[in-house]
Amino acid sequence: MARRVLPGFGLSLGYTLAYLGLIVFLPLAALAVKASGIGMAGLWKTISAPPVLAALRLSFGAALLSAVINAAVGLLVAWVLVRYTFPGRRLVDALVDLPFALPTAVAGIALTALYAPNGWIGSWLAPFGIKVAFTSLGVLVAMIFVGFPFVVRTLQPVLEALDRDVEEAATSLGASRLQTFVRVLFPLLLPALLTGFALALARAVGEYGSVIFIAGNIPMKSEILPLVIVKQLEQFKYADAAAVGVVMLVLSFLLLLAISLLQRWSRRWAER
Amino acid sequence: MTIAITHLSRRFAEFRALDDVSLSIAPGEFVALLGPSGSGKTTLLRILAGLDFPDSGELTQDGRDLLRVSARDRGVGLVFQHYALFRHMTVFENVAFGLRVRPRARRPSKAEIADRVDRLIKRVQLDGLAQRYPAQLSGGQRQRVALARALAIEPGLLLLDEPFGALDAQVRISLRRWLRHLHEELHLTTVFVTHDQEEALELADRVVVMNRGRIEQVGTPEEIYQQPATPFVFEFIGKSNKLPVRIQNGRLVAGDQRLDADGLDGAADAGAIAYVRPEHLALTPTPLESGWRATVRHIYLAGSIAHVELDVPSLGQSLEAELGGEEAQRRALQPGAAVTVQPRHLTVFPIDGKTGEPDPERRRVAHPRYGQAALARWR
Amino acid sequence: MAAVVSAAPLRRHRPIGRRLVHGLLIGVALGFLLLFLLLPLAAVFVEALRKGLGTYVAAIVHPEALAAIELTLLVAVIAVPLNTVFGVAAAWAMTHFDFRGKALLGALIDLPFSVSPVVSGLIYVLLFGAQGWFGPWLQAHDIKLIFAVPGLVLATIFVTLPFVARELIPLMQAQGSDEEEAARVLGASGWQIFFRVTLPNIRWALLYGVLLCNARAMGEFGAVSVVSGHIRGLTNTLPLHVEILYNDYNYAGAFAVASLLALLALVTLCLKTFLEWRYGSELAARAPRGH
Ligand SMILES: Nc1ncnc2c1ncn2[C@@H]1O[C@H](COP(=O)(O)OP(=O)(O)OP(=O)(O)O)[C@@H](O)[C@H]1O
Ligand SMILES: [Mg+2]
Repeated sequence: MARRVLPGFGLSLGYTLAYLGLIVFLPLAALAVKASGIGMAGLWKTISAPPVLAALRLSFGAALLSAVINAAVGLLVAWVLVRYTFPGRRLVDALVDLPFALPTAVAGIALTALYAPNGWIGSWLAPFGIKVAFTSLGVLVAMIFVGFPFVVRTLQPVLEALDRDVEEAATSLGASRLQTFVRVLFPLLLPALLTGFALALARAVGEYGSVIFIAGNIPMKSEILPLVIVKQLEQFKYADAAAVGVVMLVLSFLLLLAISLLQRWSRRWAER
Repeated sequence: MTIAITHLSRRFAEFRALDDVSLSIAPGEFVALLGPSGSGKTTLLRILAGLDFPDSGELTQDGRDLLRVSARDRGVGLVFQHYALFRHMTVFENVAFGLRVRPRARRPSKAEIADRVDRLIKRVQLDGLAQRYPAQLSGGQRQRVALARALAIEPGLLLLDEPFGALDAQVRISLRRWLRHLHEELHLTTVFVTHDQEEALELADRVVVMNRGRIEQVGTPEEIYQQPATPFVFEFIGKSNKLPVRIQNGRLVAGDQRLDADGLDGAADAGAIAYVRPEHLALTPTPLESGWRATVRHIYLAGSIAHVELDVPSLGQSLEAELGGEEAQRRALQPGAAVTVQPRHLTVFPIDGKTGEPDPERRRVAHPRYGQAALARWR
Repeated sequence: MAAVVSAAPLRRHRPIGRRLVHGLLIGVALGFLLLFLLLPLAAVFVEALRKGLGTYVAAIVHPEALAAIELTLLVAVIAVPLNTVFGVAAAWAMTHFDFRGKALLGALIDLPFSVSPVVSGLIYVLLFGAQGWFGPWLQAHDIKLIFAVPGLVLATIFVTLPFVARELIPLMQAQGSDEEEAARVLGASGWQIFFRVTLPNIRWALLYGVLLCNARAMGEFGAVSVVSGHIRGLTNTLPLHVEILYNDYNYAGAFAVASLLALLALVTLCLKTFLEWRYGSELAARAPRGH
């Protein structure tokens, strides 16, 4: 006999499901079916082809590294933004979202211009024999750029909500600043840090626009996985493209699952 | 406009928020739903308002099935536990809302709406605050806006969920008197939820005591206080002493005492729980044959009443007694003083052999008889 | 939060080491932000104007650039309202009702965020492309979705689908259904409840979501690049036009067009910061800058 009190259940849910079904579910099903068309063996053959494997390694390796760097720098930036006051803090805070707002193609050509051997930064690094643009290092730089806001934005609210008394209690119990941070604050921040890390990782793995300009796209060296898909599409190898697409999708699902588990875990203190 | 609630049950997953609740509410009645937190009061109120639906049971109004009527059409005035004022609307707009959303055919004219809202705002004593937003009001003022908003649609039934819950003691008392007047003036049928027994006993024509989704007792405030029907009501309302006793051959065995008592005729022998109100314990410094020997542990005066805490070795527990402050002085009750304690009025719940719980169905009220001689000396 | 400036006035002196650490941390953080975020932005404008204002203007008023601007606006004008309506409907369903599979639905709404843009484009190619599920049927009826404007719109809708819903769901969850229920008891109809009670309470969060949705819709590159076919003047949005110019070694032109997109990003950031500053409490349930 349970009934809905507020109106619009059928309409809103129906619309939501229909829309999601058409926009998200149907196309994903097409991908799954297309990929399954070549069978498990075919799938394996496609992704174990050396260029694909190399791209897979580069995409995940660079993404992982960029996420680690972003976690460290993001923690620092979030800390500075929340805990310290300095002139222009608001401006800096707004700036953090720039990678979200700046179209990736624009970021891509801008980064390339900066890190090219004759660019503002590239010309400084060239004398040391460091080449960024058109190498896998360039891929890393672009991934750091696009993934940067995630860690800061997930940590900030948690840091703000942290009660100062926890730290004060630790201090009054005789802990040093460093001990307080390592033993008290860090465990409290860890879930949010990991969530931000996973989000940055997911974004970096899938990133396309900003990377392809700076990467140089040398097969086996600086070619990322999404580019492999694009190339396969250009050669009309739809099934292969679908196979690689499915692999990427499954990996991002796993990441998504990890994020939601993390978020549940991080709420375990809050529930009461 | 009699509202009949019959065998209403509401489960949330496996949890029974309402468990076979039946109640009827007469026109013009002022009913209080009283119970501890989580006892299902809000759930019942929400079902009355059409904001929730039971899993089984019926709800009718003069024979009409209310469960088929949506919240929108029930014409019930509901004041939410946390008011639920529209925070982006002024006081005036909040109160006018129910009139403004009527279908054009039934909607009063603008001038009429303004007029009615103004009158309501005056009635709830918010003159001059009509253009404020809820955030700019005090708790008591918000409460009255919520009330005016509910009254604007001229409801036949007014439901209030802990209307004074968030207010301080002073404001509570003045507001509840005012609410009672309003109820009488407007000839409303009012159901209000509270967990404050004083409020319920002072305001209501009838009190419904709820516990764990069930109705424990329904009655006038006097009945509820004087003749609690269940152990729960005894413990929840007023103060009482709880004693383990035995019924034996029509007598009451408690500690070292074997009390002759009226009201136990034909009661089977059994263990039982007895409740005694503090004012039903008589104290005397004179050692008597019947009555428990006790020592005064602590005594304090609250206004004209003296509260006495007693150690009773033969019961192995302490008892609380109350008597007039002057009487206490006259009897020279001091901490450490030895006294005799005689219960005058006990309510006894025999323990059910199967469940091991006190059984409200077999409740007895016992008035112990003490020897005439003893009584004479005592007075 | 004013730890450095306004800490306990009674404290006579602050350890010099502590101050040094603060300064160092701030310095490193700001240095990174400057080097990594601000410098690329500056580079866009510097490169765009390197060949002078004349070249800049010429690149922007070039017919192909204008066509790209027009197409970008068209795509956004279709995709953003659709996703806005979707976001509102989804938030209404998710926050006012209990039903089975709600958590799954929430995950599905978020899904496009974690799908690579290229895969987002790919799935539409596989669905509507020449070799896709509906390919033969579409060809038979002479309908072109892929390598045409409808494909761009679809891919953009997919990529920007979660933005509005993501803003609204946590906010409406935090606000609860009390006010809506109060309106219901007072006799309001469904649309009356929505327009008079719900919408005023969520308007700034809605605007915020629309803003982000729009920025992404206009700036999306990967997904539209896969479905566009890069037909100049026909299926090139602004970001795709940037790529084409860049690959033609027309750097000044590419950066000139890119500077338009960078401006869009700056405007979005400004509006977003303004909304957060002015209406922060009404966006409050949103993660970033809480209470
Ligand atoms: N939507 C719900 N889902 C699950 N359980 C619920 C729900 N609403 C109420 N309950 C449970 O039902 C029981 C009765 O709740 P109800 O709100 O009626 O209590 P109450 O008597 O009004 O308490 P209080 O005095 O604290 O307001 C509670 O234990 C509560 O946890
Ligand atoms: Mg309640």
